[in-house]
Parts: sequence; structure tokens; C-alpha cells
Amino acid sequence: MSEPLLSVEDLRVSFHTDDGVVHAVDGISYSVRTGKTLGIVGESGSGKSVSSLTTLGLTRTQGGRIEGRMMFEGRDLVTLPDDQMRRIRGNEIAMIFQDPLSSLHPFYKVGAQLTEAVLAHRDVSKKTARNRAVELLELVGIPDPRRRVDQYPHEFSGGMRQRVMIGMALANEPKLLIADEPTTALDVTVQAQILALLEDLQDRLGMAIIIITHDLGVVAAIADEIAVMYAGRIVEHASTEQIFGAPQHPYTWGLLKSIPRLDSPRGEELVPIAGRPPSLIHRPSGCHFSPRCPYVQDACKRVDPRLAPVPDQPGQAVACLLEPAVRSQIWQGLKDGRESDTLRELASTGAPLRAGASTPTTSEAGP
Amino acid sequence: MTVSDGTPLIEVRNLIKHFPIKRGVVIQHKVGAVKAVDDISFDVARGETLGIVGETGCGKSTTARLLCRLLDPSSGTIIFEGEDIAQRKGDDLKALRREMQMIFQDPYSSLNPRKSVGSIIADPFVIHGLHKNEGERKKRVQQLMDRVGLNPEHYNRYPHEFSGGQRQRIGVARAIALEPKVLVADEPVSALDVSIQAQVLNLLRALQREMGLTLIFIAHDLSVVRHMCDRVAVMYLGKVVELAPSQALYSYPRHPYTGALLSAVPVPDPTTARHQRQLLTGDVPSPANPPSACRFHTRCPKAQELCSKDEPPLEDKGGATVAACHYPLSREEVAKNLPMALSAAAEA
Repeated sequence: MSEPLLSVEDLRVSFHTDDGVVHAVDGISYSVRTGKTLGIVGESGSGKSVSSLTTLGLTRTQGGRIEGRMMFEGRDLVTLPDDQMRRIRGNEIAMIFQDPLSSLHPFYKVGAQLTEAVLAHRDVSKKTARNRAVELLELVGIPDPRRRVDQYPHEFSGGMRQRVMIGMALANEPKLLIADEPTTALDVTVQAQILALLEDLQDRLGMAIIIITHDLGVVAAIADEIAVMYAGRIVEHASTEQIFGAPQHPYTWGLLKSIPRLDSPRGEELVPIAGRPPSLIHRPSGCHFSPRCPYVQDACKRVDPRLAPVPDQPGQAVACLLEPAVRSQIWQGLKDGRESDTLRELASTGAPLRAGASTPTTSEAGP
Repeated sequence: MTVSDGTPLIEVRNLIKHFPIKRGVVIQHKVGAVKAVDDISFDVARGETLGIVGETGCGKSTTARLLCRLLDPSSGTIIFEGEDIAQRKGDDLKALRREMQMIFQDPYSSLNPRKSVGSIIADPFVIHGLHKNEGERKKRVQQLMDRVGLNPEHYNRYPHEFSGGQRQRIGVARAIALEPKVLVADEPVSALDVSIQAQVLNLLRALQREMGLTLIFIAHDLSVVRHMCDRVAVMYLGKVVELAPSQALYSYPRHPYTGALLSAVPVPDPTTARHQRQLLTGDVPSPANPPSACRFHTRCPKAQELCSKDEPPLEDKGGATVAACHYPLSREEVAKNLPMALSAAAEA
């Protein structure tokens, strides 16, 4: 297999605050290959955005302490001097943010903002840059680009603004595109359009994409690999098929079972994850997820599990102390809708479930 | 999950809300109107959960605020328990607040940061002069806190000391303090983290069962609405375009807009997620200047000439579904574009 385009090794990012040290990213490793899409999933405060802002050197200025390595085509982005970083940012690595309204300058026409992105990295005439701006608007599917290029951001709808942002990010044909919650602020029909656009652009331009989101539905549609983050760590990393087909971490189960789905039986009881994400200053001892984990064992409160390969599942890694056989049984039990007490017992004894040991909870009221 | 006995508790007829667009600095004159809610009619049965879904600008939040009378309707009637409440004012309106309460989307801006949680939840009692005895009031507030899953000892804490999910629980406690008959929840979980959403949804369902509440649940997330609601109204640009029992709506949508909405929902399953989505082109048009006749015809994949000339009425399309469409979706089209709708139908 070819060399990865970006390879992150044991990245740690922490911030000093008056309340203490915030360990926003705590030793994560991942890699992305050209033409592939990595999805990073997590809740607010899981460190998913900080890790990608660091890729662009955007946490340096905020007093962040950054350790580890981020190799991008032979250069380490962690130690790269600022002037060289500036040449990569927006050129070889580009980013799309969540809120297209606050990411576009309201005083400047979108054309001016697009040409700026081109001129920042290319020694071309203004006219060429402007033609490029029109080309970019056309590329991202904005109708009538020659007229629209002279309009202001407020004249665009939310979905159109996000298209402009994508156009701007693609101005210099980046090798890596980082999309931080690119569709969260958009309506579902527009979200579907933007996701289709990203896929189409990847096919045509062959770039690598890192998509950061809290929505498992979004990554299911477009990611090749998924990293699930919790409290600054990657707790599970696997192919998209594995994450949805045979997830291994109790947090991933929680995410999958706590959202209502269009394709699940109606009336199925949701299984929320109890409690709330931990503070990144005072993290729980042992496994950071242990205070919220329904299957917690004594060892989980003492031992901090590291991400380790899952036997018989090539490419899948999980940070969990439960036995692999027990984990797959619990997941099967969750899918069958077994009582949570039965599953908890299974976690502590490791005894296999007998068929029919408990009644599956089906919909409480029939259709 | 239904505790409905079928009699309508609320009857909405020809409800309209237009917000004027004004020009001029000193002397203002009206130059147009945002037709946020434009002639909608529906019933809400006692004890049921009615979902209202739609995209930004479809008028779903305005409808919620009109029902609670936080906004004055431009015209139309809202019959609540046999009485028209659309024009109520003053003390009559205040009395209505004991019957209907609202939960808001943003748990950060809907709680006064300078008041303690105890006094926020006690506010309805102060306003309506209930539980005048200090000790009794405190006891009642602590009962409410306990009921919604908050620690009653946190009575004296301030909103900033709580997480988003807990704040939403404070909002719920405040809304049920007066034991209303109707609870209108406007996007109650969309600002919350995914792992927290289920906690609040389960709480709302439990409260509904216990208190026999009628719940009007407004959301843009179709999966959440399907989970929560008995019946669902789909709105587009100020109009109700389809209204049907959940089971029917999700297994056999009739309006092409409902079909497109369902097709656009990301499903957390890579095999179904990668099916050919039926993509709508363009954005929602402005409600200040909506398209003529059928408002969806500019984006509709099935639009014909008739759709831009004649406005389709909201009419019976069979199976308890009403939809406003000249060319409703057929079973074949649903089967082709919405594979998960089929699986939902199969288990019915």
C-alpha cells in the first residue's frame, strides 16, 4: 500500500488555563491516504476539532502545548516553522468550517474572498485569479457563477454559502481537505446536497478528506474509515463497515443505540448513555469512559486501556478491557434488544448468553 | 405509546401569520409580508404526540408560538377545549398559560443566568400565585427537580453550573410546574450532544405517559420525530403539505417533499446510506415571495404544468393520510427511492 498522505503519531495537545491543564487531545494516532475519507466522530469536548486545527497549526497561537508527530509528505507539521506552515495552510491542506455565515467576511464580495485565497498562494494576475474564482463557483455547483461572483455573502443561502466555503478551500487544489462539521448548520435536504458534492469532488480531484462530525449518519454515507473519539482519545478505529457492523467499544454502542433511526422498529426504546462527558482537566482514573460505561469492571477504574488491535478483525482497534468474546456477545445482545441487566451480568461473569434467557424488548405499543 | 382517546383537544382552522416587511426610517410603510404560516388547519387529539417537521423557514416554530399564543395570529381560529383562544388577551391569556407550556430549543439562552434554578422553576408559581407558602413552594420545586432527573440539592445553583442536557431538564421542570395539558416542545434536543438527546427524549415520553400530556413536538430531525410522534405534519413554506399517522408517513409518504426529506436523512448504516439519494435541487425559496400555486413546484421532481397554476388542496390520499399534491408518489416510486421506507413498511 502507498505511503499515507498524513500520518499522525501520538499527538498530544494541552492548554494551560486558570483552572488547570486541559488535555484536549491525549495521544492519538491516525493516518489518511490520498483519495480516502477518514471520519472522526465524537461529542463536543472530545478533542475532535482540536486535533484537526492542530493539523493546520491553528492551535499554536492559543498557547497550546503540542507533542507528537504529524508527518505530511515528509514534513512534521508539529515542528514546521510558521512561514512554511503558512504555505501549506489553504494550499496543500484546506479546511471547511461548520458555520458558513461566520466564516465568510460580510463586507467583501465572495469573488474578492475567493481570489484572495488564490492570490495568497499563486503568483498570478488578478484577472486570472478572478477567472479561477468563477471556475470554482461553477465547480461547487453555484448556478450563474459570473453574476454570483460579484455578490455579498448575505445574498447567498446557507447551503450556497457552504458551497462557497468549499470552493474557497479547493482554490489551490489541496491534497487534504478537512471538513469540521460541514453540514451541521444545514437542513437535511441541503446536507444531502453538500455530502454528494464532497464525494463528487473527491472522485474528480482525488484529494484525501477528514470529516469531523457528531452524526454517525453523515460518516456512514461518505467515510472509508472511522475514528471514534472520547475525552481526547481515540477509543475505536475501524473501517466504516466494521464500526456499524461489529462495533467493539461500549461508547460506540452507546452512540449507535441512543439515536432513533429511520430503519429501526418504531417505538424501540432508546438507550441513552448515562451521565455526561468528563471534564478534560480532571479526567476519571482508569478508562475515561468507565464512569458512564454500563459494563464497567473493577479493573476499568484502575487500568487505562490503550488502543489495541481486535483479533480476527484486520484494521480494527479498540481501547477496552472487556474480553473480545464478551464484547461481541454484548453487541449481539444489544442488537437483539436484550435486557440491559442481562448484558451487564454477561460483562462481569463472561458466561455466554443462553438463547431465550430473556425476552427481547420489542416495541411497547404495536403499530 | 398513545394515550389518546381520539377527541380533538385543539382544532386549528385557517391559521395565518404574516410578518410585515417595512421600509422607511421615520414614516414606515409596509412593502410586503413574510408569509410564515399561511392558512393551515389541523387537529390535535387529547393525549397524542403530534410532530411538526420541515426545513428552516417552513413556519414550524411560528406555528408553535401561535399555538401557545406567544404570537398573535394574523387571522384564523385556534379552538382549545371548545373555546377560540386566537384572540385572547390579558387575564384570559394568562389563564391559558396554565394549560399550555413550551420547551425551547436553546437551553443556554432560555434560562435567566442571574436566577438560581430554584427560582427559575418556581417562577410559574409566583406568576400564578400558587403555593404561596415559602416552604411548600420549595418542596414542590424540589419534587419537580427530582421528577426530571435533577438533584434536588442543586436548588440554589445557577444555570451555568449545569450541562446542556441538565439545563434542558430545568426547562422541562419549569414547563410542567403548572401541570399543563399541552406541552409544545420546539426542537428540544437539537442543541444537545447525541448521547444526551436520548435522555431528554425518554424523559419527555415518560412525563407524557404519567401526566397524560398532549405533546406537540417540533423538530427538523425526521428520525427523532418518528420515534416520538403518533402523527406527523410536514410543513413547507408556511403550508402543511402532508399530515399522516407516523407509520403511514414513514412507510408510504405521498407528497414528493416528504419523500425527498426522508431520502435525505443520513442513516447510520453504510449499506443503506450509500443508496442513490433522491437529491432536491436548490434551496427553500423565500417565504416573503413564495412560488405560485403549489409552493414546492420549483424543486419538485414530479412537477407538471398544473402545479404552477393550481394550488393543490390538502385532501385525503387514503390510509388516513392527507396530502396537498396533484401527483402524489406511487408505491413503485417509494420502493425505488426509499429503501428504508420499505423495511419500515415490512415490519408493520
